[in-house]
Amino acid sequence: MASTVVQHAAPPPLAERHGRERATRSGIWVAIFAITMSFAAFTSALMVRQGSGDWKHIVPPPVIYLNTVALLISSITLERARNRATSGSRPQLRNGLPWIVVTFVLGLFFVLGQYLVWRQLAAQGLYLATTSNSSFFYVFTVMHALHLLGGIVALTYLIAQITSRQGQPRWSLFDGAATYWHFMGVLWLYLLFVISTRL
Amino acid sequence: MEDAAVQPVQVHAPPEGFIRKFVFSLDHKMIGKQYYGLALMAVFMGMVLSWFMRFHLVWPDAKIPGLGAIAPTGAPGGVITPEYYLSLLTMHGTLMVFFVLTNAPFAGFGNYFLPIQIGAEDMAFPRFNMMSFWTTLVAFIVLVSAFFIPDGPPISGWTAYAPLSAVGKDAGPGLGWGQNLWAMSIALFCVGQLLGSLNFIATTLDLRAKGMTLMRMPICTWAWFITSCIGLLAFAVLLPACLLLLLDRMAGTSFFIPSGLVVSDRLQNHAGGSPLLWQHLFWFFGHPEVYIAILPAVGIVSHVLITSMRKPLLSAKVMIYSMMSIGFLSWMVWGHHMFVSGMNPFSSLLFSFPTLTITIPATIITLIWLGSLFGANIQINSASLFALGFVSMFVSGGVSGFFLAQPSIDIYLHATYFVVGHFHMVMGVAAIFGILSGTYFWFPKMSGRMMNETLGQIHFWITFVGTYCIFMPFHYLGLVGNVRRYSSFVDDFMAPLMPVHKFISIAAFITGAAQLIFLYNLIHSRFRGKIAPENPWNATSLEWSIPSPPPWNNFGDKHPVVFHDPYQYGVKGSKGDFVMQDSPEQVVGGWDK
Repeated sequence: MASTVVQHAAPPPLAERHGRERATRSGIWVAIFAITMSFAAFTSALMVRQGSGDWKHIVPPPVIYLNTVALLISSITLERARNRATSGSRPQLRNGLPWIVVTFVLGLFFVLGQYLVWRQLAAQGLYLATTSNSSFFYVFTVMHALHLLGGIVALTYLIAQITSRQGQPRWSLFDGAATYWHFMGVLWLYLLFVISTRL
Repeated sequence: MEDAAVQPVQVHAPPEGFIRKFVFSLDHKMIGKQYYGLALMAVFMGMVLSWFMRFHLVWPDAKIPGLGAIAPTGAPGGVITPEYYLSLLTMHGTLMVFFVLTNAPFAGFGNYFLPIQIGAEDMAFPRFNMMSFWTTLVAFIVLVSAFFIPDGPPISGWTAYAPLSAVGKDAGPGLGWGQNLWAMSIALFCVGQLLGSLNFIATTLDLRAKGMTLMRMPICTWAWFITSCIGLLAFAVLLPACLLLLLDRMAGTSFFIPSGLVVSDRLQNHAGGSPLLWQHLFWFFGHPEVYIAILPAVGIVSHVLITSMRKPLLSAKVMIYSMMSIGFLSWMVWGHHMFVSGMNPFSSLLFSFPTLTITIPATIITLIWLGSLFGANIQINSASLFALGFVSMFVSGGVSGFFLAQPSIDIYLHATYFVVGHFHMVMGVAAIFGILSGTYFWFPKMSGRMMNETLGQIHFWITFVGTYCIFMPFHYLGLVGNVRRYSSFVDDFMAPLMPVHKFISIAAFITGAAQLIFLYNLIHSRFRGKIAPENPWNATSLEWSIPSPPPWNNFGDKHPVVFHDPYQYGVKGSKGDFVMQDSPEQVVGGWDK
C-alpha cells in the first residue's frame, strides 16, 4: 500500500496520536531540558565569577523592558492563534494564521530591540570584554536571542507550510513551535531577573 | 479522519540513489555504520599516536619516519620534543574519549539497533539524526586539521585546563589556532551529540511497538536510553564551557583567566577570571561522560552474555535500576577529579562519599554477571569471549577507582600513572571490549555475513593478554611515583622504572598490531564472509526476527508485536531453548511484570 502522510487539521486526542506526533512533543521537551541545562551552566559560571571582586552593577537600558513586554505579548498572541485554530465549525491551522504572523512580527521586534540594547550598552563603553558583568550580560542576551531566532525560523517554516497549497501541516509542528516559544519567554524572564539583580 | 489517525506515518521515503543511500542517509542503520566507521578511523589514529608516545618514552632520541614532515617544529627530524609529546597525548585523549568511546558503542550501535530492538521503523527524527552524524564528522575534520597547521595541536591535554588553554599562543606551541580548532571541534561535537541524544530519548519514549513496554526492552536498549539522558545534560554543559573558552581566547573576555597572569614574560590582558571555573564546568560534564563511555558497553555485554549463556540474568530489573543509579549518581561526583585543585577540603568529603557510593551499583552489576555465569553452559565465540573479557577488565579497572575515590590516597596518586592505568583499563580496554563484543555479535545482522571465528579468537587472546600486560604495570608505576604526562623520566628515582616502560611499550606494539587482525577480519568478512542466517546466535530480541541485513524500513510492511520480555532462554516446553520476543508462544514468568 502506498505510504500515507497523516494530516491533522485539529489536534487529535492524545491517545490516538501516532508515535511520531508524540515523539515531536517529547522531542521539544527534551530540547527544552537541554537548553535549560546550558543556561544553568552559564548561571553557575556567573555565580563562581561573582566570587571575585570588581563587580560593577550594570543598569540595563530601559528598552529591554519594552522588548520583554513584546515577547510576553507574543506568547499571548500565539495562544490566540491556537484558540482560533481549534474552535469554530471547521477547525484548521489556517484560521490561526493571522495571529501566528503577529507573533512572528513581535519576535522580530524583540530581536531588533535586543540589538538596540547592545548598541546602547556599547555607547556607554560596555562591550563584551570590558568587565565581567558586561561579558555575562552579552553572553546571556546573545545566547537567548540566538535560541529565539531558532524559534522565529520555526514560525517561518510553519507559516510557509500553512500558506502553501499542499494541505495542512501536522498539528505537532504548531504545538512544538508554540511550546518552544513560550519556553523562550519564560527563559527570558529568568534571564532578566538575573541581569537586573545579579549583574 | 478516523483512519488517518491510526495509520502509520512513513518516516521517510525509501532511499534512492548513491548519495541518499550512502552519504546523506536518513536511515538510522546507515548512520550507525557511518558513526562506527568514523570511530574506527579515530581509534586507529589514536592508537598510532599512542605508539609514538610509547616509542618516545623508551627511546627519546629515536627519529620517527614521516613525523618530521608533518611536524617540523614539534618533531624536527622526527625526534619528538617534550611539547609535541604533550600535543600527542592531547589529541590521543580527545580522539579516543570523544570520537571513539562516545561514538561507537552509543551513536554507532545505538543508532543501528535501538529502533529495531523497540520495533520502530526508524528514529523519531531522521533528519536530525543525519545532521548529528555530519556535525560529528565536521568536528572530527576540524580536530584533525590541528595536526597540519604550522603551530600544531594544543598541548593542554584532553581536559584543556585553563589558564593554559585560555591565554593563547603566549603559553606555548599549539595554543594559538591549535587550541581554537580543538575548542571549535568539541563545541561542534557537543551539538552532534545533543541532536543524537534527543533522537534516542524521543524514539525510546514514543516509537515502541505494540506490546513493547519499557520493561520489555532489552538491556542494551535501556543502556542506550540511560546514556542518552546523561549525554543530553552533560553535553549541554560542555557546550557553554567551550563557548566561554573560545570567548576568552578570541574575544578578550576573562571567564577563566585571572588578573596579573604573566606568561612567557608577557602580562596577559585579562582580569578576574577563575581557572577553577573551567575545571568545575569541564568535570561536571567529564564525569558523566565516562559513564556515557561505559554504560552502552555494559548493556551490550549483558545482551551478549545472556544470549551465550542461554539463560537470563539473575535479575535484569536490578541490572536496569543499577544502571539508572549510576546515571543519577554520576552527577554528584565531579569534584573527585579536583581533590588537589585547592578546593575546600570539606568539599572533598562531599565528593568522595557519592563516589564511593557509586561503587555499589557497579558492584551489583558485576555480581549479577558473575552470579548469572555461575553454573552457566556458556557458548564460546568471539563475541562472548570479549564479553567475558569485559567483565574481567571492568573489575580490574574499576577496583583502582575505589582507591582514587579517597582524597587522602588521591593526594599521592593524582597525576601519576595509577590514574592513567585506572581509566585506560575501564575506558581504553573494557569499553573497547564492549564495542568488539558488539561487533562480533552484530556483524552478521549488519552485513549478512559471518566474521571469521578463528581470527576472532586469536584477536581476543592477544588483545586480552596484551592489554593486561600494558595497563596493569601502570598501577605499579603510579604507586612508586611515576608522574603522568611527562615526555621523559630524567629523575634518578625513575631510572629503575625504565625496564617496566620498555615492557609496556613492546606489549603495546604487539597488541596494537593484533588489531590489524580484527581490521582484516572486518573488511574481508564484509565481502567474502560466509552468508549469515537470519538468527545465527538463536537470539530472542527483535533484531533477530528480521533479515540480515535488514530492509530499509526494518520490519517491511509488518509491524512487530511483542508478547514478553526479551530474554526467554531455557524455556521449558518451548520449541528449541528460546522464545523470540515477537512470538505469541506462552511463557512462564518473565521479568517484565
